[in-house]
Amino acid sequence: MELDPLSLLISIVKIAAVMAWVYGLLRVMGHASKWVKIGGIIALFAVVQLAISINVGDSPILNNFDTGLLFQACTITMVSLGLNLIYGFNGQFSLGQWGFYGIGAYAAADITYRWTNGDAAGLLVAGIGVILIGVVILGLNRFLSRYRGLPVLSAFTLYLIGVIIAGVAAYYIGATLGPMLAPLFGTSDVPGILRSDLALQVVFVLAVFIAGAFAAEVAFLFGLPVLTLGSDYFGIASLGFVIVVNTLMVNSDTILPFPEMKGGRGMVGIPQVTTWFYAFFFLLLVIVVMRNIIHSSTGRAILSVREDETASKAMGINIANYKLLSFVTGSLFAGLGGGVYAHYIGFLSPGTFDFLIGFNPLIIVVFGGLGSMTGTLVAGFFWMFFLEGMLRVLLGQLGTEAPTWRFVLYPITLLLMMLVRPKGLLGSVEWGFLKRPVAPRRGGNDSARGPAGVVPALK
Amino acid sequence: MQQANTSQRSVPATRKSGARLAWIGRAFLLALALFAVIVLVRSFFDNPQLFAQIVISGLQLGFVYALIALGYTMVYGIVKLINFAHGDVFMAGAFVSFFAVTRFQLHLWPAMVFPNLPPIVVTVVGSITVILLSMAVCALMAVTIERVAYKPLRTAPRIAALITAIGVSFFLEYFGALNFVFSPRFIPYQRPFDVVTWYIFDGIHQVMPGQNPPQGSITFSNIAIIIMVVSILMQLSLQFLVRRTRIGKAMRATAFDKQAAQLMGINVDRVISITFAIGSAFAGLGGVLYAIAYPSINTLLGVLPGLKAFVAAVLGGIGSIPGAFVGALIMGQAEALTAGYISTPMRDAIAFTILIVVLLVRPTGIFGEPEKEKA
Repeated sequence: MELDPLSLLISIVKIAAVMAWVYGLLRVMGHASKWVKIGGIIALFAVVQLAISINVGDSPILNNFDTGLLFQACTITMVSLGLNLIYGFNGQFSLGQWGFYGIGAYAAADITYRWTNGDAAGLLVAGIGVILIGVVILGLNRFLSRYRGLPVLSAFTLYLIGVIIAGVAAYYIGATLGPMLAPLFGTSDVPGILRSDLALQVVFVLAVFIAGAFAAEVAFLFGLPVLTLGSDYFGIASLGFVIVVNTLMVNSDTILPFPEMKGGRGMVGIPQVTTWFYAFFFLLLVIVVMRNIIHSSTGRAILSVREDETASKAMGINIANYKLLSFVTGSLFAGLGGGVYAHYIGFLSPGTFDFLIGFNPLIIVVFGGLGSMTGTLVAGFFWMFFLEGMLRVLLGQLGTEAPTWRFVLYPITLLLMMLVRPKGLLGSVEWGFLKRPVAPRRGGNDSARGPAGVVPALK
Repeated sequence: MQQANTSQRSVPATRKSGARLAWIGRAFLLALALFAVIVLVRSFFDNPQLFAQIVISGLQLGFVYALIALGYTMVYGIVKLINFAHGDVFMAGAFVSFFAVTRFQLHLWPAMVFPNLPPIVVTVVGSITVILLSMAVCALMAVTIERVAYKPLRTAPRIAALITAIGVSFFLEYFGALNFVFSPRFIPYQRPFDVVTWYIFDGIHQVMPGQNPPQGSITFSNIAIIIMVVSILMQLSLQFLVRRTRIGKAMRATAFDKQAAQLMGINVDRVISITFAIGSAFAGLGGVLYAIAYPSINTLLGVLPGLKAFVAAVLGGIGSIPGAFVGALIMGQAEALTAGYISTPMRDAIAFTILIVVLLVRPTGIFGEPEKEKA
């Protein structure tokens, strides 16, 4: 078999266009005027949307395969950005990101699945549960901050009891409210707004947020004791978390009471509501939130924990709190990404959330550069379009066995990367919007401004 | 969380001591332990034969884990690296013996050279040859990996070496899964010797082919005994090597302080290579025994046993050889008992749960020495 030079050319053009698009996104968001920013973002959104909807010949410019790559690039970038916050910026070597991605995907999918099957109680229980658990965690946090040097096991036990009580309460509230609100929502026999398309869109957005919050709460409970273990042990324990989550997914219909998830056979019938708008919106949300965290005082505290724990402790920074904060936020991003992914693909199988595939975000983060949001963004899109898209198609033309070579190429590139350029492709360079905002001038004194756009490199 | 941080800042300077609430954590642990004990005791009195059977299968598993964990704990003790590729070296051991037995009939060489030997001698000598070959190949492989991938990064941040280790591990797994190498399928493994099973029921009897052991009997096989004996022998010889020989002394010195060891004239590179070689030889041995005990192999075979063996090493106190051994036995029992009494799929999860609980109570593991603060 021979490679088709035209398809090769088209693939390269596509990848170049995507990279240019990512670059433009960061550039546009960094412009000074608010209206230019908004206009630029809308323009960038519209370009892709037009490419999806305009037909050239008998197929759109971006066909199904390309839009699939695009959505997956958005989700994996969200997951990787979360990991970069945990590992690149805060220095906590986590391998557990994939587990939170899976939790987010399954949670969001379950809510919309139940909704489309005439059961609004799922949304109620999940929503109330997430809110109640959040309130309990915040309240307990406030209460426990009165105690100095509280042993982490005691704190964990208290949180666990609180979360369980909140969860049970949410279940009963939702279960009683569900039938009461049935006339409003409708049931599977008498579909009210359950069948409405607009309501499904709203429920989808809610479900993604609920899934993200749920993943964050799980991350809080898991991270509270485990983050105290120290770097390598934390990595192994978080890898264990992914394995536990995957085991639960495989047995979701036997150990867990979720027959609709169908265990190892995979969950089918999830409404495919993710459109380019949602993928873009959630990616943008994650980028903006993370950029604002990093350039705030919280972000500087997170960075200082990475650089030197003892020194930052001496500066009065509560190390445990900031580790937990970045871990929870990173997992929140992963949960959001999972929710978006589930509603694009429409089918979830535990194999997708296997821990071996879970190394992908780590590889993306390391490629892009630890502590560089730009690097993660570029690497995430490049990963999806070059390795998953172009390479798979090209190797597929060579022979049936050739695509498996990708999995040999990944580790080799990873090895070469580590040996040649251990700081990643972009090191700690940031583009446009992600640069550190320049402080306002005071009396024309230039020395008051720090060097813009540079986050100290990882030692 | 944001709110929590602000509340943290606004709390009064005089805070109550949290040590007062330490009993909550202890009560939680106690409840967990009590639950486990109750489950175990109840199931023991329910059906003692089944319990013994599960314990035997747990021992078999635990002794294999012990062989892998030795390599992890030695390497971690010296270069402070989680050698993710160790589990794949274990896999390679199984595959080397597979090729030696199935393709080259290496386990029959004594019969070909000396046709008059009794069959028992042929089996023993042949199997030992196969095992030694696997150990040698694994040692060679690990030394190559160390030279190519880890050595250039010895001065780089620790995490770079860790990611490299993950890369090496993936490479071995997926390169092995290519069709012209081993293929991704599960391959039936041909044993170099036959497995003989006995059952205890009014004395010890051998299970004949095609016959089922009677109800309520405890079965065990020669492979379980071989695994236990070999594992204990290896543990003792390693203990001897590390405690009594020159190279062992050099290893301990390197683990204690690499730079000082170098100044004392110890060739640190050589010591590290030897450590990798010995640890991987044990992993290769474990791989052969594991494949004989569970005769179906594929290239992802080493991932989970490798992870669990590492967990075992951490559990026992990483860097400590008896610790790795004890940790591995605990891990094997925990896995077998969980599979038997709680739920089969949760057996992969239990290892990590135990790890987290033990590390929270004893951050350096069961046999680990308290870590000294480094300047």
